[in-house]
Amino acid sequence: MNDTAEILRMTGIRKRFPGVTALDGVDFRLFPGEVHALMGENGAGKSTLIKVLTGVEGVDAGSIELAGAAVAFAGPDQAQLAGVSTVYQEVNLCPNLSVAENILLGREPRRFGRIQWSRMRKRAEELLARLDLRIDVSAELGTLSIAVQQMVAIARALDVEARVLVLDEPTSSLDAREVEQLMAVLRALRADGMAILFVSHFIDQVFAIADRMTVLRNGKLVGEYRTSEITQVELVTKMIGKELAALDEVSERSAATGPELVATDGLARAGGIEPFSLTIRRGEVVGLAGLLGSGRTELARLLFGADHADHGTVDIDGRRVQLRSPRVAMNQGVAFCSENRKTEGLIAELTIRENIALAVQAGRGWLRPLSRRRQLELAAQYIEALDIRPADPEAVVGTLSGGNQQKVLLARWLATQPRLLILDEPTRGIDVGAKAEIQRLVATLSADGMAVLFVSAELEEVLRLSHHVAVLRDRKVVAQLANEGLTPEDIMATIADGGRS
Amino acid sequence: MIRNLATDRGRGPAALTKHRLFWPAAALIALLLGNLIVSPRFFAVEIRDGHLYGNLIDILRNGSPLILIAVGMTLVIATRGIDLSVGAVVAVSGAVACVELGSTSILLAIGAALGLCLVLGAWNGWLVAGLKIQPIVATLILMVAGRGLAQLITGGQIVTVQNGPFLAIAGGYLLTLPLSFLIAMAVYALTSLVVRRSALGLLLESVGGNPEASRLSGLRSGRLIWLCYVFSALCAGVAGLIISSNVTGADGNNAGLWIELDAILAVVIGGTQLTGGRFSLGGTVIGALLIQTLTTTVYALGIPSQETLLFKAVVVTVVCLVQSPAFRAKLVKRRRRPESPAVAAQPEKVEVAS
Repeated sequence: MNDTAEILRMTGIRKRFPGVTALDGVDFRLFPGEVHALMGENGAGKSTLIKVLTGVEGVDAGSIELAGAAVAFAGPDQAQLAGVSTVYQEVNLCPNLSVAENILLGREPRRFGRIQWSRMRKRAEELLARLDLRIDVSAELGTLSIAVQQMVAIARALDVEARVLVLDEPTSSLDAREVEQLMAVLRALRADGMAILFVSHFIDQVFAIADRMTVLRNGKLVGEYRTSEITQVELVTKMIGKELAALDEVSERSAATGPELVATDGLARAGGIEPFSLTIRRGEVVGLAGLLGSGRTELARLLFGADHADHGTVDIDGRRVQLRSPRVAMNQGVAFCSENRKTEGLIAELTIRENIALAVQAGRGWLRPLSRRRQLELAAQYIEALDIRPADPEAVVGTLSGGNQQKVLLARWLATQPRLLILDEPTRGIDVGAKAEIQRLVATLSADGMAVLFVSAELEEVLRLSHHVAVLRDRKVVAQLANEGLTPEDIMATIADGGRS
Repeated sequence: MIRNLATDRGRGPAALTKHRLFWPAAALIALLLGNLIVSPRFFAVEIRDGHLYGNLIDILRNGSPLILIAVGMTLVIATRGIDLSVGAVVAVSGAVACVELGSTSILLAIGAALGLCLVLGAWNGWLVAGLKIQPIVATLILMVAGRGLAQLITGGQIVTVQNGPFLAIAGGYLLTLPLSFLIAMAVYALTSLVVRRSALGLLLESVGGNPEASRLSGLRSGRLIWLCYVFSALCAGVAGLIISSNVTGADGNNAGLWIELDAILAVVIGGTQLTGGRFSLGGTVIGALLIQTLTTTVYALGIPSQETLLFKAVVVTVVCLVQSPAFRAKLVKRRRRPESPAVAAQPEKVEVAS
């Protein structure tokens, strides 16, 4: 299969953004008639590599050859004309246009400037037939399922004489049956000699479809492997690598934990997370481990009422509760620091004082305001406790660094004196010092009796803090392990074999 | 405070020009001074018939309906919304009051008018907060239907009133100041007090600044947004009473016509962004006074009526350009190239002023 010459070769690709080296001498090659998976953790450089390939970003060093000729695309449209088509993670089509219009937008068959609608529909039908999809091409795209929309996006990518098809996380919003449908299409395209670059966080899918994979870590090439010659455990190890930054050890994990605080039974949300049963005790830190997209955030959001559960029950302190909204969860003493500080956490234009007071104030309603003095007290208390900088309660939050923003968000929830604190990636994208401080804080809080659900992509961090670890994979809790001498390797093995052993 | 001053100075060019009310206030003062140059007696205020009289007083008196409506509009815009129906609500309020005055007492008439306005505001709020219809579409419904309602109430006629106390709403004076202006200021002061003393201001700015983050902080944004539309309609209702009192009658077609656009403009000039979040009621009042000053200027300068709209448009454009940081940056850059020392001296000068 791989005797043919490679269609795409990227050599020594280097790309710097202000402050970070996104790609550092990465090589990548792609053969016709193969599905090649690009693997790596969040921030490993996968998206940047795709952007560089499709001309969204220029390169600082290195060369790209397409079918033996050096190329440097000035933009995605040029790349597409040369035969490199991309389908992005979020379907970026126009939901208010018809299927046919979406497929041929900008390339409508014309005569004397007039669009030939019948030819357009016929062409769209042909393209979809190639994907084994027979739908009414005059239907409005928005009325169709996400899976079909994804197919339409692929059909659009195929309309030009595509030789290379790039799929950036095409399955992240699909259910199992839809994924199977997409896989069938990919196999058919591969049989036609298409070179497919496939990015996914779902390890099962990658092993099911990919012939070969390239692993990136921190912008560097780890290696290229044939799928048949690598195990899932090896892959996960290569993706995650070793934690380099040695943080000072947080070992004050309290030994004894209190009575049960939260218990879920078969809690689930379609398309989010499959049924799980989890208990969290007072004074206990429960870690959620799993790769990105494994359902960690979805699980956390259900416990906060940010999303509604379809099935299952939640008991808090022995009483059945319906977590209809964040407000209900708050009244039960649940707090949730979202992983998206900017979009779901802070109000950027407000001050540190206002952001910290917000959740407490929301709980009281607008008629019972916290006095300005009380707000300043709260702000001063947490600015000191968490070492927030600048130590000015009137500083606008949007101007703070990531670590300090995270601390402000944390302070907002600590101020509500929660019984269960859910932390979703609290240390992502912040510097080592702030990271250690937040870890120490979690240890202290749990020692004082607070229950903590700690979500992080960094296994070392999860293991350092947690009494129990729930391991997730492919939107399912596959194992719940007591943290007695667990190692990252144990967790990786559990992720890789899906908790079967 | 001391640290604030220090950081402001450290931050550079000008603490005074950084103040959010600086540019609206500067524009207002510039416009007033422009008037003074053209007609030296523009600032003259004298006492006639026991109350103050002059161009400035006229601005305050005639600007009060706009101030009222713009104050209500500010809160709506802070939640990322907009209320296009205020002009129509003005007409409805005036119509109800004038028709009811024919049969009942003034208090009942005013109560009926404002009561109906509250219902209309609740309708707007329900469409936006309850049904999640885009505010511009939701309030467009009442913008059109409200005029129809007003005409229905007046039977398609212009209803005139002779009731003395009712005419005093716009024409009366208290402590030598126009009553209508005092009403507007009372509503402004009360709103500021409630918004800033209760947690309403913080919660509104939070909802407008980041709706999803607010939801995840446990805010019930629906109720707050609903409340803003109700308040906006109430403000428009009071403005409607003043306007119909001023013209001694209710005109369903023309009362408050296009005033929603002036109100939105006043809010924006006042420094509240249409994208929601931080708002400034004080800025809005300045913005409304600026627009009213502009109208008065047109009359004072004797600008021919066919040129009025164009003249207003030019002034508004200039005001908006001056307020735009991007435009100012361009202007400074262009000036900096030929003679940089002169510009370098500028920040210090302002610093002294601060």
